[in-house]
Amino acid sequence: MNDPIIQLAVLPVVKLVVILTVLLIIVAYLTLMERRVLGLMQVRLGPNRVGFAGLLQPFADVFKLFVKEDLTPAGAQKFVFLLAPVLIFVPSFIVWSVIPFGDSFTIAGVTIEPFIADINIAVLFILGISSIGVYGIILGGWASNNKFSLMGGLRSAAQMVSYEVPLGFAVVSVLLLAQSLSMVESVESQRAAGIWWFVPGLLGFGIYFVCAVAETNRNPFDLPEAEAELVAGFHTEYSGMKFALFFLAEYMNMLLVSSLAVVFFFGGWLPPFPNLLAGLWALPVLSWIPPVFWFFIKVISFIFVFMWFRGTFPRYRFDQLMAVGWKWLLPLSLANVLLIGLGVLVLRG
Amino acid sequence: MSGPERSLFDLEEMEINFGPQHPATHGVLRVMVKLDGEKIVESKPIIGYLHRGTEKLFEQMDFPQCIPHTDRMDYVAAATNNQGFCVTMEKLLGITVPPRAAYIRMLLAELQRLASHLVWFATHAIDIGAITPFFYNFRDRDEILDLFEEYCGARLTLNTMKIGGVPFELPDGWLDRCRAFVDAFPAKIDEYETLLTENRIWKKRTVGIGVISAEEAIDWGLTGPPLRGSGVKWDIRKVFPYDHYDEIDFEVPIGVNGDTYDRYLVRVEEMRQSVRILQQCLDKLPEGPIMARAPKVLRAKEGMVYGSVEAPKGELGYFIVTTEKGTKPYRCRVRPPCFINLQAMPAMIEGHLVADMVAVIGTLDIVLGEIDR
Repeated sequence: MNDPIIQLAVLPVVKLVVILTVLLIIVAYLTLMERRVLGLMQVRLGPNRVGFAGLLQPFADVFKLFVKEDLTPAGAQKFVFLLAPVLIFVPSFIVWSVIPFGDSFTIAGVTIEPFIADINIAVLFILGISSIGVYGIILGGWASNNKFSLMGGLRSAAQMVSYEVPLGFAVVSVLLLAQSLSMVESVESQRAAGIWWFVPGLLGFGIYFVCAVAETNRNPFDLPEAEAELVAGFHTEYSGMKFALFFLAEYMNMLLVSSLAVVFFFGGWLPPFPNLLAGLWALPVLSWIPPVFWFFIKVISFIFVFMWFRGTFPRYRFDQLMAVGWKWLLPLSLANVLLIGLGVLVLRG
Repeated sequence: MSGPERSLFDLEEMEINFGPQHPATHGVLRVMVKLDGEKIVESKPIIGYLHRGTEKLFEQMDFPQCIPHTDRMDYVAAATNNQGFCVTMEKLLGITVPPRAAYIRMLLAELQRLASHLVWFATHAIDIGAITPFFYNFRDRDEILDLFEEYCGARLTLNTMKIGGVPFELPDGWLDRCRAFVDAFPAKIDEYETLLTENRIWKKRTVGIGVISAEEAIDWGLTGPPLRGSGVKWDIRKVFPYDHYDEIDFEVPIGVNGDTYDRYLVRVEEMRQSVRILQQCLDKLPEGPIMARAPKVLRAKEGMVYGSVEAPKGELGYFIVTTEKGTKPYRCRVRPPCFINLQAMPAMIEGHLVADMVAVIGTLDIVLGEIDR
C-alpha cells in the first residue's frame, strides 16, 4: 500500500486538510475556553447559552463576524489595510507545517507521520516565518489612518522585535541539548536522554515562556492593544472578518508558542517519564492513548497558564516592558546559552 | 522645540485627542495630549460634555425639590450628595436633625462610600490592566445597592434624605442584613488586596506615578484621598463634623509619598475605616423620630451659607444664597471635589508616559457628572 501516489499526493493533502480544520476548530474553541476560564476566575459564568453549556458559541461568534459590516476608514491605505490581516494570519498557519504532533503510526498499511514536514531547519523556519507577523501589525496600525492604531502598531513592532532576540537564544539552548534543528529530533532526543529539556534548561524555559507571552501580546505584556490607553491598539479600525483574522492569529500564535514550548522543553508527544515508566505506558489499559493526546494535554495546560495570567496580572508600561526585555532577558538568555553550552561540552566531551 | 540636546530623530510632537469616547476616561472626559513619542509634553482636560445645568435648575426648584438633582451629580455616590445638600440647608434654616435620622444618614453615607470606592477600585485596576478585581468589586457593590434598594427603592439615584431627616424608617430586618454585609466585608477587602497590593507589576505601575507634594496638593485645592495620599490629615468628618460623626471613633488614613500607590493604599484603608464607622453606627443606632419638626414649606431668610461633607471623592460643598422668605435657592454653587481634583491632572502627568495618564485619571477617581453638573 505504500505506493508513491498515496505517499506523495494523497497523504499530504489529507494531512493538510485535517491539520488546518482541526487547528481552526481548536482555535475557535480556545476563545470559548478563554471566556469560560476567565469566568471561573472572575466569579461569573461566561457564555453558556448557545448550545449545550455554550459549546456552539464559537460558531455563533464566527457567524456574527461574517455578517458584520466590513468598514474601511476614510483616508486608510486600502490595499495595505487589506494586506495587514492576511500578513499576520497566513504565517501563523504556515508554521504549523513543521510542528510534530506525534509519532508515526500505521493505518491499513499506510505509514502516517502526523506532521506535514520534518525539515532539518525547522526551528529557523519557524522563527523566520513567525517574524513576518510583525509586518501585519505595523502595517495594519499604519494603514488605519488612526493615531491610536499607529501607536499600537509601533509598540507592537518594538515589542516583538525585542522579545524575539531572547526567545531565539532560549531556543538555542535547547538546540544545544538536542543537537539538532529538527523538531522531531528535538523530541526524540528527549526520549533518548530520558529527561525533558526543561530540567537542564529551566532558566531557558523561563526566558522562553516570558518571551512567548510577550510575542503573543498577551497579558501582562498586552501593550499593543492596551485597551485602557490605545482603545484596541493596531486593530482599532478593523471590523468584521478582517478583525476576526487578527483575533484568530492571536490565538493561533498562542497555540503555536505553547506547542513549541511543549516540543522543546516538555517532551512533545511523549508521555511522562517515557523510559522510566515504559512498562506502565505499555499496559493495555494505557497503551491505546495516542501520542497526540499527550501533546494536546501539555499544550492546553500552557494555554491555561496564559489565561491565568490574563486573569491575574496588571499590565506593564511600555518602557518597563522594553527594560525587562533588553536589560534582563537578553543578558540572562546569553548567559544561559553559555552555561548550557559549557555543560554540553563537559558532559558529552 | 529644538536644540543640541535633541536627538538625531527630531520628530514632530504628535497631538492626540483622548476621549470624550474612550474606555479609560471614566465617562466623557476629553484630554488633548501633546506627545513626544510616548511622553506627555502637555495635556489639557476639556470638560462640559455632560453639562446639565444642575446649578441653574436649583434656582427653579423648591428646596426639597433640589435633592433629586443632587443625585445626578456624582452618580456613583448619590447618598453623600443628598447628605451635603441637606446638611447645608439645615445649617441655613437652623434645623436640628433627630439622632436616629443622623445615624441612618451616616449608615447610608458610609455604605455609599464603600460602593463608590469599589467602583474606583474596579475601574482603576482595569485601567492598569488587571481585569479580575472588577468582578469581585461589582459583586460586592451589588450587595450594597440591594441594601439601598430595600431602603428607598432606588439603586443609583437614591434621593434618600430630606431636609431635617430621612424620608423612611428602616425596613424590617434591614439592620441584620446590613450587619451581615458589614461583618463580611473586611475579608473581601483582603481578597481584593491579594490581587494587587503586593503585586510587582501593580507597584511598578503606581509607585512614583503622578506624585504631588503636600504643598502642591493644598495649592491646587485637592481634597479627599488625593490630598490625604500626600500626607495631609484633612477629613471634613473630623475637622467640621456633621451629623453625628463626632461620636464615632475612626482614623483618617494618610499616605507618605503622594503617588498613585499611596492614594491606592489610602482608599483601601478608608474602606476599612468605613466598615468601622458602619459597625459603630449599627451598635449605637438610637430610637426616636426620623424627621425634625419643620414646616411643610421651607422658607429661608435672606442670607448665604456654605456647608460641606466628606464625599468619597473629597470635599463636596454647597454654597447657597437665599432671599427673604424665599422657597428656592437664589443661587446654588456646588463645589464638586472631582472638578477641583481634576485640575491637578496636567501637572501630575507632565513628563510621564501615556499609560501613566490613564493611571492618574484612575487615581483621581473622577465622575464627569459631577465635574460638568
